Amino acid sequence: MNRHLLSAGDLTRDDAELILRTAAELRSLADRPIKKLPALRGRTVVNLFFEDSTRTRISFEAAAKRLSADVINFSAKGSSLSKGESLKDTALTLEAMGADAVVIRHGASGAPYRLAHSGWVHSSVVNAGDGTHEHPTQALLDAFTLWRHLGVGGGLDGRRIAIVGDVLHSRVARSNALLLRTLGAEVTLVAPPTLFPVGVDTWPVETSYDLDAVLPKADAVMMLRVQRERMNGGFFPTAREYSRRYGLDGRRMATLQDHTIVMHPGPMVRGMEITADVADSNRSVIVEQVTNGVAVRMAVLYLLLGGATPGSSAGGDE
Amino acid sequence: MSTYLIRNVSILGAEPTDLLLADGVVAGIGSALEGDGAEVVDGTGLIALPGLVDLHTHLREPGREDAETVETGTRAAALGGFTAVHAMANTDPVADTAGVVEQVWRLGREAGHCDVYPVGAVTVGLQGEKLAELGAMADSAARVRVFSDDGKCVHDPVLMRRALEYVKAFDGVVAQHAQEPRLTENAQMNEGELSGRLGLAGWPAVAEEAIIARDCLLAEHVGSRLHVCHVSTAGSVRIVRDAKARGVDVTAEACPHHLLLTDERATTYDPIFKVNPPLRTAADAEALRAGLADGTIDIVATDHAPHPHEDKDCEWAAAAFGMLGLETALSIVQETMVDTGLLDWAGVAERLSYAPARIGRVADHGQPIEQGAPANVVLYDPSVRRVVDATESASLSRNTPYAGMELPGRVVATFLRGRPTVLDGKLV
Repeated sequence: MNRHLLSAGDLTRDDAELILRTAAELRSLADRPIKKLPALRGRTVVNLFFEDSTRTRISFEAAAKRLSADVINFSAKGSSLSKGESLKDTALTLEAMGADAVVIRHGASGAPYRLAHSGWVHSSVVNAGDGTHEHPTQALLDAFTLWRHLGVGGGLDGRRIAIVGDVLHSRVARSNALLLRTLGAEVTLVAPPTLFPVGVDTWPVETSYDLDAVLPKADAVMMLRVQRERMNGGFFPTAREYSRRYGLDGRRMATLQDHTIVMHPGPMVRGMEITADVADSNRSVIVEQVTNGVAVRMAVLYLLLGGATPGSSAGGDE
Repeated sequence: MSTYLIRNVSILGAEPTDLLLADGVVAGIGSALEGDGAEVVDGTGLIALPGLVDLHTHLREPGREDAETVETGTRAAALGGFTAVHAMANTDPVADTAGVVEQVWRLGREAGHCDVYPVGAVTVGLQGEKLAELGAMADSAARVRVFSDDGKCVHDPVLMRRALEYVKAFDGVVAQHAQEPRLTENAQMNEGELSGRLGLAGWPAVAEEAIIARDCLLAEHVGSRLHVCHVSTAGSVRIVRDAKARGVDVTAEACPHHLLLTDERATTYDPIFKVNPPLRTAADAEALRAGLADGTIDIVATDHAPHPHEDKDCEWAAAAFGMLGLETALSIVQETMVDTGLLDWAGVAERLSYAPARIGRVADHGQPIEQGAPANVVLYDPSVRRVVDATESASLSRNTPYAGMELPGRVVATFLRGRPTVLDGKLV
């Protein structure tokens, strides 16, 4: 494994499966009365959040604490874009405090890459979501969830995953498209044409404008959050029209295969991309995704911070 | 005034000859010239070109003296072989009055490294709402002939039409920064496969091409001349080529970085490569080179855009647009145009000296090296290669995208009206 986790595209299949296997071992911890391992005792993990994201931050915080790491939460809201302290100065401060890993959430695409490659810090950098670029640990937890439900012999080969919604602005979609493909799944992105990025035809995925055509073949359906504000950008005419064409409701859910699961990275906009009856149905694994998120992030921190296992080169070169 | 005798120099790549510069003019060309008391410069292996003229330079003064001053910017210009630069208007205060353009012009005279021709803003404060006093700037001591809101597009079609018409009274030209603002809101890099992958908001080629097409039609309609700044896409080249074929009085420039670099550089997320218009695809760079070779694109202009370190030592989205260009322009033209066989040295003289001087209506520059012509001459050694070192730049800023890159050629000497501003590759 690399020293940093910046893009799901940097993970080889071996890397990804090592993380998922490690997560599976660590997840069993969640069922024990004492949910703590001493693996990262004395190590410091900094959660550097330039954007509000309570759920991602507490997930990383729980992960680090269950491995006995010291956790510093650094909420630097009001990024350098608004002429606050610069990313560089914040990074130098963290370096001086002796951070072993920096978990960064930032509104600017590429900010974690800059942090890792600019020479400002020497710690491992974990991308916890950057702009409209990537969110690799979300993809890992999604893959882990898929693995548990659909994994045959440990892989996702040939499994059909539909990812539906605002692909253009979604870091979740980018990371999932890369990672699920690496794990052998067949990914179909579904969105109105305005919410696909230019050049999506070069991605290793299928694309479709027609949700109804895709659903009956899917083994899993991942709904992406669609912000109502996108409508003001003219990406679609009204929220209602969006829901009608791309929302997952009870009628559409009825066209799914029996084993098909419904996922959502959260936070959901109920009534927009997903109706309440679908979100709360027994196909929905949305709450389980949260539990899995902690396990996957434990695995990532454990492997990056020197919990090396034979055959991996954690802590090694890029 | 001292006299210089340059021995055995190749004017525009022709057979070597001697070149005598005296009293500010070219006083003699021929073999074994006598130069009593002249300083002798060995020109063996060197090319003599007319002093280069940049139609697009940001000197940042007044207002951003932390990034560049007229003094430091013109030092960089001289080192790059330029004897004249046009200083863009997006200073603080904006060069939209006779007072500001005269200040910049005077600072250039005092610095003395090259002639500075201020560009006047088209609209008050670059706001795109109301014409600035273009006539006052034209009539000022700075004799402004080039007007531009560069950095911003004159996107209001009525305002653009009026500007094109109005400057006819003093033979001016409007130099348009072609960028449709609505299509480029928050744009960070070329829109394409890479912007989608990197999650950076796209700057689509159509946002440039739509404005160029519109402006060519406007210029045709009102019978004015139009200059298009920093053409960056294959589509723009096609539009300008078509307009010229129809007889529209349009000229266009390409920047060295768009000839050499592509959007692949953005994969580093290093904003040293962030520029406006953005680095485009290899196919675009190819089309620019072809357009420059066939004359569709008239000139190379640097768009030298200094920025302090902190404005580039940050995340991509927070960084400023722009890169240095004066000291590397000629090398990049050699690399992309001469060494590829697309242009000869006469073609380089046309694109970097004669044509920009014509467009800017600069009388004393951009003349062939002939008996009696102003002695604005650059001596260039095309045979050496050098690795660009950002810390060696004469600019106050260090934002060169070429640091560590090996480029061909070196400016050995620059003469401004017979007086050396650069000798042995060093400022005099």
